[in-house]
Amino acid sequence: MSDPVLQVKNLSKQFGKVTSVDNVSFEIGRGEILGLLGANGAGKTTAINMVLGIVTPTGGSVKVFGRDLQRERISILKRMNFCSTYTQLPGNLKVWQNLKVFGKLYRVPHLNERIDEVLEMLEVSHLKNRISGNLSAGESTRLNLCKALLNRPELLLLDEPTASLDPDIADKVRKVVSRIQDEEGTTMLYTSHNMRDVEEVCDRIVFMHKGKILFTGTAPEVLQHFEEDSLEKVFIRVARRGELKAAESEGAS
Amino acid sequence: MNFLTIQALVMRYLYLYTRTPVRAVELIFWPLVHLLVWGYLTKYLQQNTGDGFPQEITYLIGAVILWDILFRAQQGVAIFFLEDVWSRNLLNIFAAPVTNVDYLGATYVVGFLRAAVTTVMLTALSLILYQFNIFVLSWKLIPFIVNLLIFGWALGMISTALIVRWGPAAETLAWAVPFFIQPFAAVYYPVSILPIGLQWVAKALPCSYIFEGMREALRTGHLDWSQIAIATGLNLFYLALAGWLWVRVMNTAREKGLLTKFASQ
Repeated sequence: MSDPVLQVKNLSKQFGKVTSVDNVSFEIGRGEILGLLGANGAGKTTAINMVLGIVTPTGGSVKVFGRDLQRERISILKRMNFCSTYTQLPGNLKVWQNLKVFGKLYRVPHLNERIDEVLEMLEVSHLKNRISGNLSAGESTRLNLCKALLNRPELLLLDEPTASLDPDIADKVRKVVSRIQDEEGTTMLYTSHNMRDVEEVCDRIVFMHKGKILFTGTAPEVLQHFEEDSLEKVFIRVARRGELKAAESEGAS
Repeated sequence: MNFLTIQALVMRYLYLYTRTPVRAVELIFWPLVHLLVWGYLTKYLQQNTGDGFPQEITYLIGAVILWDILFRAQQGVAIFFLEDVWSRNLLNIFAAPVTNVDYLGATYVVGFLRAAVTTVMLTALSLILYQFNIFVLSWKLIPFIVNLLIFGWALGMISTALIVRWGPAAETLAWAVPFFIQPFAAVYYPVSILPIGLQWVAKALPCSYIFEGMREALRTGHLDWSQIAIATGLNLFYLALAGWLWVRVMNTAREKGLLTKFASQ
C-alpha cells in the first residue's frame, strides 16, 4: 500500500499477564474504511486507544501520516478525531457549548459555521440548544460524531459507534459515515461487533480474536476464507472456536 | 504551552458553572460557614478576654481567608480532573491535542478563579460582619496570595496524581489532601505551639511561613522577607515535585490503561 494514512506494525499490549493485543499489523490507505471486527475482548478498543496514544504499546509501532505517534502525538492528533460509544460529552453543557469547546481544542476555523454544518450533516440541528445530558442514546451518539467531525479529520477512529442504537438510528449513522467517506475522503478505522456495520461501511475487515488477527480482507474474502455464507456465522464460529481457527489460519493474513 | 487550548478548557469549566448554578453553592457555602464559625468565635473571645488579646484573635479571620485561597487553588486542579471523570469526558480530552502543560495550565487558571471568587466574598463579608479588613496588609498580601496559590496548585496536582494511580475509590483525596496538612500548616496557631517533632513538619510546608508571616504583618506591619523567600523556595520544590509526579503517573496510566478504566467507570 502506497502512502498509508495509518501503519500499525507488530503492535502488542499486555496488561500484567493478560495479552490484550498480540503482534498486530495492518495499514489503512487514504480514503479507506478499515473495520476491526471481533467479539468482546478481541482487543479492538485497546488497539484504537493505542492509535490515539491513550494506551502505550508494550511493543510495536504506530505511524500516522507517516509520522511516529509516540514522538509527534500532539501534531498528529490535530489531524485526527475519534468517537466512542464509551465516552460522552459533558452532560451539563448545551450541545453548542460542547462543540464550541472541542472546536477550539482542535483549532477549527470559522467554528460557528462549522458547528452548524456538522449538526446539519448529522440531522441534529434542532438539538443545538439542548442540554447534552438530556439527549437520547441515538442523539448522544450523533453529537459525539459531530464532535469527531468538527476538525474535518483526515483519520477518524470510530469505536463501536452504533452500539446501543436502535436499528433505525444505527442505519442513519452508517449512512452518514459512508457519506463522509464519499464527500470528504476521510480515512477511518471502525471497530464493531455489528455485522451490518462492517458489511455496509467497511472496505476491508481485520478479523480479531483474543488480541490476534485471524484474517484481513474484504467481506467476500472473509466469507470465502471461513467457508461461510454470512459474516454473522463467521463471527459466531470464531467467537466459539476462535483458538482453533487462529491456529488453522496462522499465516493466512 | 498553547493559550487557545487553555482558554478552551477553562471555557468548558465556566460553561459548567453557568449551566449549573448549584455548583456555585459549593464555592460559596463552605467558606461562608468557616467565616461565620471562626468570625463569631473571634467576636465571643474578644468580648470575654482581657486587653491586648482581642486584636490577636482577629488573625483567625485572616487565616480563614488565606487558607481558603490555598484550598480553592488545590480544588481547582483536582476537581477539574474529576469533572472529566464524572462526565465520562476524560478520553475525549486526552485524545484531543492537549499537552500535559496545557491541561495543567487550565487547572491553574480555574484554581485561581475559584480562589478569587471566594476571596472577594470572604473579604467583603469579614469587613461587613466583623470589621476585619484584610487589605490593611496592602501590597504585602501579594506574596502571601501568590505563594498560597502555588502551593494549592502543587497539592492539587499531587491529589490528582494519587487519584489516577489509585483509581476512583481515591476520589475523596481531592477534598482530604489539604486537611492532611492543615494541622501542621500554622493556619490558626503559631508553629511554636506544636511539639518539636511536628514543628519540623510545619517547617517543611511553605504555607506555615505564610500564615506566620500574615500574623507578623498584622501585628507589626512588617513583612519578613526571609520567611517569604523560604516559602517561595519550598513552593518551587513542591511544584517541581508535583509536576514530576503528575507526568510519571500519567505515563504509568497510559502503560496500565488507567485512563480508559476511568473513562468506563
